[in-house]
Amino acid sequence: MAVHRSRREFLKTAAKGGCAALLPAPLLAQGAAPRVVVVGGGFAGASIARALRRADPRIAVTLVEANRTFIACPFSNGVIAGMREIAAQQFGYDRLAADGITLAFTTATAVDPQARVVTLAVGTRLDYDRLVLAPGIDIRWDALPGYNEAAAEQMPHAWKAGAQTLALRRQLEAMEDGGTVVIAAPANPFRCPPGPYERASLIAYYLKTRKPRSKLIILDAKDAFSKQRLFLNAWNELYPGILEWVSQSKGGEVTEVDPATKTFVTDFGKHQASVGNVIPPQKAGRIAELAGVADRTGWCPIDPVTFESKLVPNIHVLGDAAIAGAMPKSAFAANAQAKVCATALVRLLRGEAPPTPKLINTCYSLVAPDYGISVAGVYHPANGQLMDIAGAGGVSVIDAPRSTRSREASLADGWFHTITSEVFG
Amino acid sequence: MRLSLALTLVAVSLATAQAASSEPPAGAAACTGCHPANTGVETPVPRLAGRNAADIVAAMQAFRSGQTPATVMDRIAKGFTAEEIQAIAAWYAAQR
Repeated sequence: MAVHRSRREFLKTAAKGGCAALLPAPLLAQGAAPRVVVVGGGFAGASIARALRRADPRIAVTLVEANRTFIACPFSNGVIAGMREIAAQQFGYDRLAADGITLAFTTATAVDPQARVVTLAVGTRLDYDRLVLAPGIDIRWDALPGYNEAAAEQMPHAWKAGAQTLALRRQLEAMEDGGTVVIAAPANPFRCPPGPYERASLIAYYLKTRKPRSKLIILDAKDAFSKQRLFLNAWNELYPGILEWVSQSKGGEVTEVDPATKTFVTDFGKHQASVGNVIPPQKAGRIAELAGVADRTGWCPIDPVTFESKLVPNIHVLGDAAIAGAMPKSAFAANAQAKVCATALVRLLRGEAPPTPKLINTCYSLVAPDYGISVAGVYHPANGQLMDIAGAGGVSVIDAPRSTRSREASLADGWFHTITSEVFG
Repeated sequence: MRLSLALTLVAVSLATAQAASSEPPAGAAACTGCHPANTGVETPVPRLAGRNAADIVAAMQAFRSGQTPATVMDRIAKGFTAEEIQAIAAWYAAQR
């Protein structure tokens, strides 16, 4: 019930932990306008920028984002499969500006954690009291032989929504009936764990309804994946003979690709695709590495109460870039983390101990336009990371009737309207 | 006797939560991922802001016990204690 620890208790814990988490001077109490710089205007970054302004309008918030239009990844599999248009994925930052957030449409190129300065590509230097990095993912272009930025033109990843999404859609549209679509799914961790399987499902739906002699193969670097039983059952029911999943132990791990011939190489042989979609290994967005908050895995270890980097003080990391324990790399999680981090930052800027948070994630996937499934979790800090609350969360009921699947599809749609309204509306 | 004591405790905890700043209690901020913070959002999921706290508490308890059938709220409600649910309900009741 009493969720915030006393300052003394917090200091004791901090001292015991041996980290530099001592409470700073209470900037807000002194009447100064604390400066928070947020890098990355996706679900995490835009959410915290707005949450901070709402919690305390004295905080000066600058949001650094390269693009004037945000293109959402959730539901972009529907764009690939021709069920919706990319315009439904696009959002602007006007309402953030109206909240009093300073927008800098450029990239951040350097961080000096000692001086607490972010340098922008345009040359501007921004001082900060707290820096929030929400850079999402970057593709690891060196991880899969044959797959580089040029190869992504032939074999789109479509794992950042936008031009890549449309490129994959155009290839599917241009494919003749009877073709083979191959999707390479990566090893963990990666953005949106159920995403490759939702994508396969919706492409299979497109093939079944538009090009029924065609097939889809998922080559997987794993033997298990998110909502696996739900997906496998649904595929048996909806897409028999169309969709085939090849696990790692059955030869699914792709070791090399040849973009010129759209060939996927595995230890067990080669698969030639009419349309090839490589979902490659990923890492935190580049600024995380530049700021020194990414570890050897390429992702960013964080404190589960404040989301402050475990490597660099005064820098907080949110969303897909963070190592958030049991929380998946999802838009819902990014938004939930942002709101928790905003509360923690307001407390820290007041010189107070941050409260112990509790977080939720809910991820819907569509297996067909009227067939939705979900996974949910509730999380709390334990043993230095975000852990599942035992007994809560889990996936949709395995043997639920179609009416439940249809209800979850409509809840998925409602979720997208709700979260984008909160973040951008 | 025990019941009236429990009710008094609930009332006190609600009053405490309402008197506090607008900082959301643990777990509350995540709800608006699905329950719209804004009005006029196209979704079957209800807004929580301004609803009666006791109604929210009752709904959560029914989800947690399985008394109310659910797609996802049963899985989420099980992650919260009675005290947390009360604090969250009181906070949403005070929102507009």
